[in-house]
Amino acid sequence: MIRLDSVSKVYKTSTRPALEGVSVDVDKGEFVFLIGPSGSGKSTFLRLLLREEAPSKGRVMVSNFDVAKMPRRKVPRLRQTIGCVFQDFRLLANKTVAENVAFALEVIGKPKHTITKVVPEVLELVGLEGKADRMPNELSGGEQQRVAIARAFVNRPLVLLADEPTGNLDPDTSQDIMLLLERINRTGTTVLMATHDHSIVDSMRRRVVELHLGKVIRDDKRGVYGVGR
Amino acid sequence: MRASFVFSEVITGLRRNVTMTIAMILTTAISLGMLGGGLLFVRTIDKMKVSYLDDVEVTVYLTEDISANDQNCTGEPCASIRQSLENNQAVESVVYEDRAEAYERFKRIFEGQPELVELARPEALPASLHVKLFDPARSEVLLQEYTGQPGVANVDDQNKFLDRFFNLLNAGRNGTFIVALIAALAAVLLIANTIQVSAYTRRTEVGIMRLVGATRWYTQLPFLLEAVVAGVLGAIIGLGGLVALKYVVLDRILAATGGAIPKIELIDVLFPVAPILLGVSIIISAVTGYVTLRLYVRH
Repeated sequence: MIRLDSVSKVYKTSTRPALEGVSVDVDKGEFVFLIGPSGSGKSTFLRLLLREEAPSKGRVMVSNFDVAKMPRRKVPRLRQTIGCVFQDFRLLANKTVAENVAFALEVIGKPKHTITKVVPEVLELVGLEGKADRMPNELSGGEQQRVAIARAFVNRPLVLLADEPTGNLDPDTSQDIMLLLERINRTGTTVLMATHDHSIVDSMRRRVVELHLGKVIRDDKRGVYGVGR
Repeated sequence: MRASFVFSEVITGLRRNVTMTIAMILTTAISLGMLGGGLLFVRTIDKMKVSYLDDVEVTVYLTEDISANDQNCTGEPCASIRQSLENNQAVESVVYEDRAEAYERFKRIFEGQPELVELARPEALPASLHVKLFDPARSEVLLQEYTGQPGVANVDDQNKFLDRFFNLLNAGRNGTFIVALIAALAAVLLIANTIQVSAYTRRTEVGIMRLVGATRWYTQLPFLLEAVVAGVLGAIIGLGGLVALKYVVLDRILAATGGAIPKIELIDVLFPVAPILLGVSIIISAVTGYVTLRLYVRH
């Protein structure tokens, strides 16, 4: 589903490569933690998959898309197969919960009858039934992240990228969010989650890819956050 | 593409940034109003040229000798001058006016000033040949050919006088166009700036749109349409201004010239000025919008 083949990325403003010779294979339906300290290249990794950046060297494949080589006009099609969740939720403050989720479908031109059908379904999936008409500022942090996940998942993406999705949440709420991501993963969606959260990584016992200074230093099938913990 | 979505985004954008939108619309209106004014200038000059040039003549004034002695222009050199003019390809007609007829015409012209008529004597007025050209604008050739010929006192070209008059009007037209151009530049900068501000205030939306895979058209069309809507509103206000100017100011001023400068009709404003202004407003705002989005908004 995701393949990085000897990928390097050097930003113009930096002398040290953000990623260097990274090769990672992720199968369909896998759940992968991407860990490492700040500046280790996690964000660059995710940005390459979305074609927010192009690699300086190497090949990036997502599903059947040759991400680095594809023409710009095809990038929207790539992004329609990927859902994104962020630490800061990125909800639109002037839209209700349902409108925030519907927005993701409206802007890719989905017909209205589809939107009115799938938005309530996905809100139920993330446990927000009955809160469709709330504004984001009327929700707790965990609920806001659920809205963001609903928005990312509403178009049934093949891949869900989560960049520190529990970074702003307390441990209990974080656990709830992880349960939700697991549930989404069980539908067959590949989940790739960048995180600093030791306890989550340790408790889930999923595949762990660790980056350090732009290089993959560990790739464990059922790993923990720190080796030897 | 869902038109209702794009449309609601455009309305939201224009309302969110209302002071800037008003500034953008007004500047566009002033610029396009000036451009329309310039176009009306051109139209008026054209109308005047048509009506005046029809009557424009070249007058060949004959010497005192001929004026006094050759009443019918049958002797030399008057006859040969007349013959040569009549044979000229550019000449439509030649009419001889002797001293007595010139005096009659003088009296008609200065009817209102009897003291002037009283002072004038037929002997003071020269006989002349009134030459009408197929193309009055080509009078210069005739002027060069006959000035200084034996029997010719001087050649008077009415076109020369009209030229001075038209030059004045052309200068007015050019001035209007220059101000229109400067105002247009201000309008373009304002449109560019408004789109940048608009894109900045909606950066979260645009960011989400990009991430969920909206096409460039979907993310940028609302901004582009915002500029076009403002441009078209500017054109409509500019046109309204021109119509108001016609009824409130110009009609009265032009009526005071006694028809020397023809009245500007409403139809002149509506066609071709209105479609030109609308077209220009759409092209300028769309191009400015497109270039701004290319340069400043990442996709």
